[in-house]
Amino acid sequence: MELLGYIFQQCINGLQLGAVYALIALGYTMVYGVLRLINFAHGDIFMLGAFIAYYLLSRFTLPIYVVFVLTMICTALAGYIIEKVAYKPLRNAPKISLLITAVGVSLFLEYFLSLKAVFTPNYIAFPRPFEVEAFDLSLFTITNVQLIIFSITGVSLGLLYLLVYKTKQGTAMRAVSYDKEIASLMGINIDATVSLTFIVGASLAGVGGILYGIAYPQINVFMGVMPGIKSFIAAVLGGIGIIHGAVLGGFIIGLSEVFVSAFLSSTFRDGVIFVILFLVLLLKPTGIFGKRIDKV
Amino acid sequence: MREKEQTGEGKFDMLMKIEGLSVAYGTIRALDDVVLEVMPGEILSVIGANGAGKSTLLKTITGITKPFAGTIVFNGMAIHGARPDKVVKLGITIVPEGRRIFPDLTVKENLELGGYPITDRALKTELFDLVVTTFPRIKERLKQHAGTLSGGEQQMLAMGRALMGNPKLLLLDEPSMGLSPIITREIFSLMRLINRDRGISMILVEQNAHMALEHSERAYVLENGRVTMNGLSREVKSSPGIIEAYLGV
Repeated sequence: MELLGYIFQQCINGLQLGAVYALIALGYTMVYGVLRLINFAHGDIFMLGAFIAYYLLSRFTLPIYVVFVLTMICTALAGYIIEKVAYKPLRNAPKISLLITAVGVSLFLEYFLSLKAVFTPNYIAFPRPFEVEAFDLSLFTITNVQLIIFSITGVSLGLLYLLVYKTKQGTAMRAVSYDKEIASLMGINIDATVSLTFIVGASLAGVGGILYGIAYPQINVFMGVMPGIKSFIAAVLGGIGIIHGAVLGGFIIGLSEVFVSAFLSSTFRDGVIFVILFLVLLLKPTGIFGKRIDKV
Repeated sequence: MREKEQTGEGKFDMLMKIEGLSVAYGTIRALDDVVLEVMPGEILSVIGANGAGKSTLLKTITGITKPFAGTIVFNGMAIHGARPDKVVKLGITIVPEGRRIFPDLTVKENLELGGYPITDRALKTELFDLVVTTFPRIKERLKQHAGTLSGGEQQMLAMGRALMGNPKLLLLDEPSMGLSPIITREIFSLMRLINRDRGISMILVEQNAHMALEHSERAYVLENGRVTMNGLSREVKSSPGIIEAYLGV
């Protein structure tokens, strides 16, 4: 009975972490869909979200829902600018140039923001926007932080679903990710659709950043590196370019990490994620929902 | 966007006028000084061998390929070098070579994408009704994934999708490709029906010169990127060089 309770508890913790990974993984997969680019700067957008929320909470003591909205606007703007400045001029360049640029953008964000005059290279404590309360459900406990993470992730995923599958812009996104040339012949503005994809992906990463800050209240300019890589692996695991794949992948990665920490050793928690990546690349490189690749 | 072209001499207005159009891929000249005119309501065919520049011509009209010289004036507006989505909004849509429908989307979603530039809801409904009455086989399959359709149905879907954009000029790139003679005939008669009922001008690019000349009023012959002949289709059809080069026998 105790073991069962422990397993349940780890599930809740794993879902909490997985929700954040899922939010980040969506940005990777959507951008890959429209540009065939792994946007390595995406993990840093997540970090930026946490820092913006930190400033809004500590300097201006704004209510949490205002912090969410403002942070999303700021990270969306950052995503939009990064695409326009760094990636758009390379639209017709070889893909490798785009990839190298993405690594460059990522390093620039990390080291520029780590300057004392900008953010700081040190760890800082993320302010608690509310008191943590735990609810004992006999078998396991759940905190209000976890409930908030689950509900905000749920709402974000719901809104994303509506955007992608029920609006004209979402249909345009899907058309562009299938075939840019033919999408443009349907009257779709490719540049605007790519921008929208970056905006949506970056605002989801911003939400992820705030939730991460609330759940694990220590932030640092390099905090986006590992979650970024893990979320990227989540997107690959689910099938890169496939939206529901990224969500499932995020939860699998989050659960794996937590279960390995709980039952093996927390020193293996990062390693196991890379083992998952190796296995995916060896056994099913297109990911869980990926199809046979029959077009170049 | 420039002002309405002067047509001079009291001639009836041309729908599209292409002058001196030249396109190169690297050092290879794909189109060389092409001159072509499209009259309102006509079906115009462009025939030629593989690699003669037929598809390049359509790609340049739609804005996918940029010309290095020459002009394309459509409905009084210069469109050479314009972005494809702008060209579509002016009223030029295409049934692309190989159909290129969205296989993972439903038939209905494919049609909706074709109607993407249309903002007027009433017009969109009208176009949708037109498409489903013209292609009853499409109507039965609206909820199906487009990838599950047969080749002929996919061709009809591609045509329906292009019609949803409310074109003044419809470009058809090799519509008979990969289809049986019976289906090809059905496709061509539907094409003429649309042309007659809606007055939509068409440029028909075909390797199947026989069918193309049969179903068009005027024809242009492209050879190595140059227009080598143009005139009424029945005249082109009976010209000795053409019979030898494109019509077999």
